[in-house]
Amino acid sequence: MNHPIRWLFFELLVRPLVLLVIGLNVRGHERLPDRGPAILVANHNSHLDTLVMMTLLPSRLLPKLRPVAAADYFLRNPLLAWFATRVIGILPIERGRGTNRDPLAGMVRALERDEILILFPEGSRGEPEQLQAFKKGVAHLVRRKPGVPVVPLYLHGLGKALPKGEALLVPFFCDVFVGEPLVWDSDSRGYMEKLERTMHELAAQGSFPTWH
Amino acid sequence: MIALDSAKPLLWALGGIYVLLVIASLFIAWQQRRWPERNLTELVQRVRSWWIMVAIFSAALLFGATVTLIFLGLVSFLALKEYLSMIPTRRADRRVLFWAYLAIPLQFYWIGIAWYGMFIVFIPVYLFLLLPLRMVLIGETDGFLRAVGTLHWGVMITVFGLSHAAYLIMLPGDADAGGEGASLLLYLVFLTQFNDVAQYVWGKSFGKRPIVPKVSPNKTWAGFLGGVGTTTLLAVLIAPWLTPMDTPAALFSGLLIGVGGFIGDVNMSALKRDLGIKDSGSLIAGHGGILDRVDSLSFTAPLFFHFVRYGFY
Repeated sequence: MNHPIRWLFFELLVRPLVLLVIGLNVRGHERLPDRGPAILVANHNSHLDTLVMMTLLPSRLLPKLRPVAAADYFLRNPLLAWFATRVIGILPIERGRGTNRDPLAGMVRALERDEILILFPEGSRGEPEQLQAFKKGVAHLVRRKPGVPVVPLYLHGLGKALPKGEALLVPFFCDVFVGEPLVWDSDSRGYMEKLERTMHELAAQGSFPTWH
Repeated sequence: MIALDSAKPLLWALGGIYVLLVIASLFIAWQQRRWPERNLTELVQRVRSWWIMVAIFSAALLFGATVTLIFLGLVSFLALKEYLSMIPTRRADRRVLFWAYLAIPLQFYWIGIAWYGMFIVFIPVYLFLLLPLRMVLIGETDGFLRAVGTLHWGVMITVFGLSHAAYLIMLPGDADAGGEGASLLLYLVFLTQFNDVAQYVWGKSFGKRPIVPKVSPNKTWAGFLGGVGTTTLLAVLIAPWLTPMDTPAALFSGLLIGVGGFIGDVNMSALKRDLGIKDSGSLIAGHGGILDRVDSLSFTAPLFFHFVRYGFY
């Protein structure tokens, strides 16, 4: 995933935008992976989530970064599909049942190529600034690749800056709390509980003003 | 770039500030060698941040009025963004907040074209009327008073208040008057920041009786009086180089900056206490957020600006 337009888009547009218009308060930056394979999981409130997470890692890792995103949404027209796959570099997945193919195969292959996946276990952006229940895909993926570190990130504020269904970006300082990488312990349910607990603990680190 | 020969006092003053920074850094290095067991991390961080802030501010001043205005507009933007990020806001008001942000480039544009009349009424009059109108058009009445009140209060402090510092650079009437406005701006900013440090140092060294115990238990009478005294003394000493003020006027300016800076500081403390937070943000290592750094300036700038403009221009 090394497209010159992708590099220009991130270095000249996304990084300055995130630095100036948004402004991040990052806690636990040192816990982020410095090489692939790895999985970053975060709560999901805004299209900005992916872009911001991609700027947290150094430029040299940009070619390795693959946000996992729904094919039915991002590949719905050719222009969006080009932007999503070539510029953002998403790894499209089929949502829902009814597909016979192994839905995790693409992610497993990406991890075998030492890539860094960005996953949102809530599934969709949902109501802004509210944490929904996690889907179990992460656990199934990690069971197949147990050595890969999973780094949990709690994002706050991006859903205020650009919530679902809005096109106008309103500047807010945003928080990114990075947690300790999680290790696999051979039990899907226990693993997901641990992940959700970690996410709630990270969320509890901040004191956020009300917004509704 | 400003003309170097007409800006000699400015250059000397900036040089003096760098000397103070060198002294502060040497003092910390000496303390660390003398008492290696002490943890001075926060102090080291704070002084390092001072170096960065002074470097950026002095570069902006030397590049001339336009760059200085852009820089101060950016400071206003960061301060307003920090304010709006820490107070409760309503989702329905996203577009209203956007209009409030748009006021910043306009306010600094009025300064850039030296349109004093517009500069002085734009936010207290026109924006004051426009923001509730925009809010009413959206139609969310639940929490209306709090939303419109807190928004305009924040814009008054972070944009209107701070922009008075920026207008100094246009005195006596335009920006090409030999760096006179730039010197006034440096005089105000330096004394305001010096006053913050002086009140802190006096309070740490001799402070006993709290001055506003409910708002900020660490602020003491000794810190306040010592700080105002030191700031006023310095204001009188450097006024002949940087300003057209005589001694009585410089004395009064020093008092305005010392007392005004204290009020701006505790004003922000009261807000943070109300919201239940310690720092307004984390933008400046060792200092907290940008509001923690410019809170005093948001009060000293209008006070000093109107005094010096009324009295000398």
